[in-house]
Amino acid sequence: MDARTHISIQNLSVSYGRQRVLKDVSVDLPDRKVTAIIGPSGCGKTTLLRTLNRLLDGMDGVKIEGQVLVDGENIYDPKIEVTRIRQKMGLLSQKPQVLPMSIFDNIAYGPRIHGVREKAKLRQIVEQQLAAAGLWDEVKNRLHEPASRLSVGQQQRLCLARGLAVKPEIILGDEPTSALDPQSSRIVEQRLIELKADYTVIVVTHILRQARRIADYIAFLYLGELVEHGPAAEIFANPRDPRMKAYLTGEIS
Amino acid sequence: MVKRLLKDLLARRAMFLFTAVPGVLVFLMFFGLYDRSRSILALHSFPDLLFGSSWFPLKGQFGLYPFLMGTVWVTLAAMILAVPISLLSAIYLSEYAPRRIRETIKPVVDLLAGIPSVVFGVWGVLMIVPLVAKIAPAFGAYSTGYSVLAGAIVLAIMVFPTIIHVSLEVFASVPRALREASLSLGATKWETVKHVVLRKGLAGIIASVALGFSRAFGETMAVLMVVGNTPIIPKSPFDSAYPLPALLANNYGEMMSIPLYDGALMLAALVLLLIVLVFNIGARAVLIKAERKAE
Repeated sequence: MDARTHISIQNLSVSYGRQRVLKDVSVDLPDRKVTAIIGPSGCGKTTLLRTLNRLLDGMDGVKIEGQVLVDGENIYDPKIEVTRIRQKMGLLSQKPQVLPMSIFDNIAYGPRIHGVREKAKLRQIVEQQLAAAGLWDEVKNRLHEPASRLSVGQQQRLCLARGLAVKPEIILGDEPTSALDPQSSRIVEQRLIELKADYTVIVVTHILRQARRIADYIAFLYLGELVEHGPAAEIFANPRDPRMKAYLTGEIS
Repeated sequence: MVKRLLKDLLARRAMFLFTAVPGVLVFLMFFGLYDRSRSILALHSFPDLLFGSSWFPLKGQFGLYPFLMGTVWVTLAAMILAVPISLLSAIYLSEYAPRRIRETIKPVVDLLAGIPSVVFGVWGVLMIVPLVAKIAPAFGAYSTGYSVLAGAIVLAIMVFPTIIHVSLEVFASVPRALREASLSLGATKWETVKHVVLRKGLAGIIASVALGFSRAFGETMAVLMVVGNTPIIPKSPFDSAYPLPALLANNYGEMMSIPLYDGALMLAALVLLLIVLVFNIGARAVLIKAERKAE
């Protein structure tokens, strides 16, 4: 692959108590591509994604070993400021998590936290992000209504826009379409593909067809082990590992 | 076949009956107390009794205002002490504390709720009353220690576990993923608590505070032992007070010999019941508003 590496995971192991969930995973994830992390449920996909955002920090009984380099910087360096790392990465969770506030405030929340105070500037950010998410026309007359009144599909697009409002470099999606109807799913998938022009996109998915539709790069996990990774076209055409083959043919799922 | 249906019907009726009892009881109490206080209401108007400030039963003067103020002062002061401290403790336990600390402290807090109030009273007399007497001069006041402040401190400690327990449940009901949504935008933990967790849990927190208040209004024993019980309107936290429940508990046995005393005490009980009712209805209204806001 010709793309430069954006995130380099090196010898990463994670255990919850005695259970090892990720076993010595090493992989380089390419810049400005869609990487899909796939594998049967319980294989550690979500755990891998969450280590990138340091969301596992401080959880009881979690032990993390190894390194994750983002732009060459180890995010597990104790001297690093964790809020800055998280700001670099927008997170899209399984179910949309709108904040308990208005549509406007959901988008403005991040910029406000990072010090944007001027009303005009906030308005501009909100409008720009909602427009980019294709939501502006649907919500422009109800910006100050609670975001929870939006449909689930709209909520997920709002969450994506909210994440982009803090100017991340990376977008992390944890099965971001699993709660959505087919049409909303397609809209979100389409957005993710568009976003790779400016962002590195990493998506956990249990839907193989979705991975085929959106991924440029594949990382296949099985029982906590990184079994196979590489450009999507190669992997789908010529899986090398028997477990990868079995997963692609649906023998394991 | 018919027997089964009959059983079902009977069970439903019986359960309805048992459910209806508490609701009916409130009305029964209300009318019972009203009926018993008619003797005094026939001679004095309700506002005169409620806002009259002289209490001399032997002269036939039954002003309840000092007791009303005693209740309000002690309760308010207790909540001013209890609400911020217990909310911050609950936030610490739920959001910051490692599981080991949380699992150790939670049962201790719950244990506090189970201590009989007379024990708190004795402890208040031994520890809090002398402490208040000692610190009063620093605020330019003289105090025997038996005071609003002593009552408020003891009461606050008693209300503490209620607010902590309920608000911990509330915080636990806020989804983890919602916190993560805020954290992943680069928010700190405190920002997340302030803007997301507290806002989402606002209705529940108000309910926990209301529950604490309700207990504080009616708490008798411990308060009675440390507030001094003089029927004068308190002017500062270092003055003694005489809350309504204490009035009732102290005098119920001896009221027969003085005319109208019985009626006056029943009226005091009625007033206490009314305060709690009004407060609860108010709290409910605020709760409904907060639920809308937390959408």
